[in-house]
Amino acid sequence: MRYFLTLFVLAVIGVVSALGFRGDKSRKPPRMAEIFPDLNIQPKLRPQTVTKFDGFADGASSRVYPVGTVAQKVGFLDNTTWEDTAINTGRDAKGFVDSNPVPVTSELLKRGQERFNIYCQPCHGAQGDSAGGIVKKLGATSVANLQDQRIVRMNDGEIFNTISYGKNTMMGYAGQVPVSDRWAIIVYVRALQLSRLGAKDDVPAPVLEKLK
Amino acid sequence: MSFIFPKWANTLPLKVAVGAFLVANAAGAGVWYYLTPKYTRVGYTPKQPIAFSHAIHSDQLGIDCRYCHSAVEKSWFSNIPASSTCMNCHSLVLKDDPKLALVRESFQTGRSIPWVQVHKVPDYVYFNHSVHVNRGISCVHCHGQINHMEEVQHAKPLSMGFCLDCHRAPEEKIRPVELVTQLDWKGAVNGKQLVHDWNVKPGQSCSTCHR
Ligand code: HEC
Ligand code: HEC
Ligand code: HEC
Ligand code: HEC
Ligand code: HEC
Ligand code: HEC
Repeated sequence: MRYFLTLFVLAVIGVVSALGFRGDKSRKPPRMAEIFPDLNIQPKLRPQTVTKFDGFADGASSRVYPVGTVAQKVGFLDNTTWEDTAINTGRDAKGFVDSNPVPVTSELLKRGQERFNIYCQPCHGAQGDSAGGIVKKLGATSVANLQDQRIVRMNDGEIFNTISYGKNTMMGYAGQVPVSDRWAIIVYVRALQLSRLGAKDDVPAPVLEKLK
Repeated sequence: MSFIFPKWANTLPLKVAVGAFLVANAAGAGVWYYLTPKYTRVGYTPKQPIAFSHAIHSDQLGIDCRYCHSAVEKSWFSNIPASSTCMNCHSLVLKDDPKLALVRESFQTGRSIPWVQVHKVPDYVYFNHSVHVNRGISCVHCHGQINHMEEVQHAKPLSMGFCLDCHRAPEEKIRPVELVTQLDWKGAVNGKQLVHDWNVKPGQSCSTCHR
């Protein structure tokens, strides 16, 4: 019995020291799936994985559009607008459109605020003046100040174009920000600019009293 | 004639019983402890091709999860960002850092960075990110404190029991939708009220997740 108990305790210690505890950091992939494959791994393609299918020469399961593809009906909300309408390009026959073709509502402004804080704030800062932008803090001096008079006077269409395709050292956000959100962001950028442009006379008298 | 059984044989049945009891319990405990996803999955930390740190980008720099995982609200699949997303910033900062050589190479050649997948449900399970994220279920419940991780680690078991625990009582986990990506948020909300107001009814029938 003594031998048995000693062996037993040693075996338990051995197992625990070999297998460790729950939550221990491990570099090896979880094993269960390999012992009993079941239906765990089915012959279907998941996004962003590798495939051996011959037709996909680069071996990626997520495909990119073939070169030269022109989408016909894409973009805004219900996918029914033609690709080359102002709402999708920010341009019309005369050049960049002057003002936002999307009806401005308070929901659109709210949406714009949320999206601006996700996608633009890291570089341009919460106020758009590029103070507090993380990239600027680390010495990149080129980030544009969205409160600049030049950008205040810029057409909405041109800003749309900058968000879509980038400008100089800023890269495009077409992949991350869909068309509807780009217009929403522009509405919010305009609101940020207005907040700095206001004059004392714009404030209603009763409110001005309270501010003093 | 000598005795057939020596004297020590009297206690043998007891010893065998005790021994069998110990071994069976240890085996049971071992299976329970080691053969469940709480052991097999939790802690899995693959070595990634680039030492990308969520602690630096999410916590220190305060970038929202959706800047990179931009499909998480729209799709079942939460994308891993393309190298062009990294280059948005890294064409301005750490331009020539050797740690980012692979990102630059991938950006120029168009070949993907071979990130190692950490979380995966089996192919027979239907999972969807957007239903959860748009209903006020935060990343932290299923992925742990990603924003403090130097390397992504599998923090939750993601077993069927884990999913069902929450589907039976979502009011304990639910929060306002705009706080979903604030993993450190610890405020109190009236979960019951939100569940009622938004009519949140996570399915518990098998066909919810096995379709
Ligand atoms: C990775 C950092 C970064 C992010 C994120 C970023 N920008 Fe920029 N942005 C820049 C830099 C750098 C410039 C200056 C480009 C130049 O002129 O070299 C710039 C310039 C601009 C300009 C001025 C373009 C011009 O005509 O001079 C606008 C407008 C602008 N950004 C809007 C936005 C909006 C809207 C977003 C959010 C969707 C955004 N940016 C996100 C870095 C960024
Ligand atoms: C700067 C871009 C960036 C940001 C911001 C970011 N991530 Fe990630 N995330 C990545 C990259 C790149 C990977 C793949 C490499 C890895 O696993 O470390 C990844 C991997 C992950 C994974 C593991 C994926 C898998 O293979 O299972 C999870 C979960 C995750 N991120 C969650 C989050 C959460 C939650 C946040 C917000 C707190 C966040 N991420 C913010 C870039 C980012
Ligand atoms: C919004 C801007 C931004 C984006 C997007 C971004 N980074 Fe960074 N990253 C930074 C900044 C800023 C630093 C410098 C942090 C520091 O030194 O404190 C950095 C640092 C790093 C480092 C060095 C960390 C170290 O240990 O010094 C690596 C590696 C890195 N990033 C990889 C990536 C990868 C991979 C991606 C794409 C998934 C990415 N980054 C996307 C801003 C960004
Ligand atoms: C209800 C649980 C749950 C929530 C909430 C959740 N995830 Fe996931 N996540 C999962 C599961 C399960 C997987 C594995 C899915 C699979 O097999 O592809 C996963 C996978 C991922 C991946 C790897 C890519 C993929 O889809 O497989 C990333 C990146 C990720 N999650 C990011 C996030 C972010 C960012 C959030 C918060 C905005 C979030 N997740 C919220 C459960 C969740
Ligand atoms: C922290 C809580 C939580 C966890 C964990 C969780 N869920 Fe959910 N799940 C929800 C909520 C809340 C909903 C939304 C129900 C609604 O919209 O009425 C939901 C909805 C779903 C739906 C859509 C149901 C429908 O009716 O279409 C699926 C599928 C699903 N979950 C699968 C999973 C799987 C698989 C897991 C485990 C990997 C999981 N969930 C883990 C809370 C959770
Ligand atoms: C909330 C989502 C959800 C619901 C509802 C659900 N399951 Fe599952 N089920 C899962 C997940 C996730 C797994 C994968 C577990 C794992 O990989 O650890 C799973 C795995 C399984 C497995 C395989 C176990 C194995 O290890 O091979 C069976 C069998 C199963 N479920 C049956 C059912 C039945 C029967 C029901 C209805 C009573 C049901 N499930 C309802 C999420 C769900």
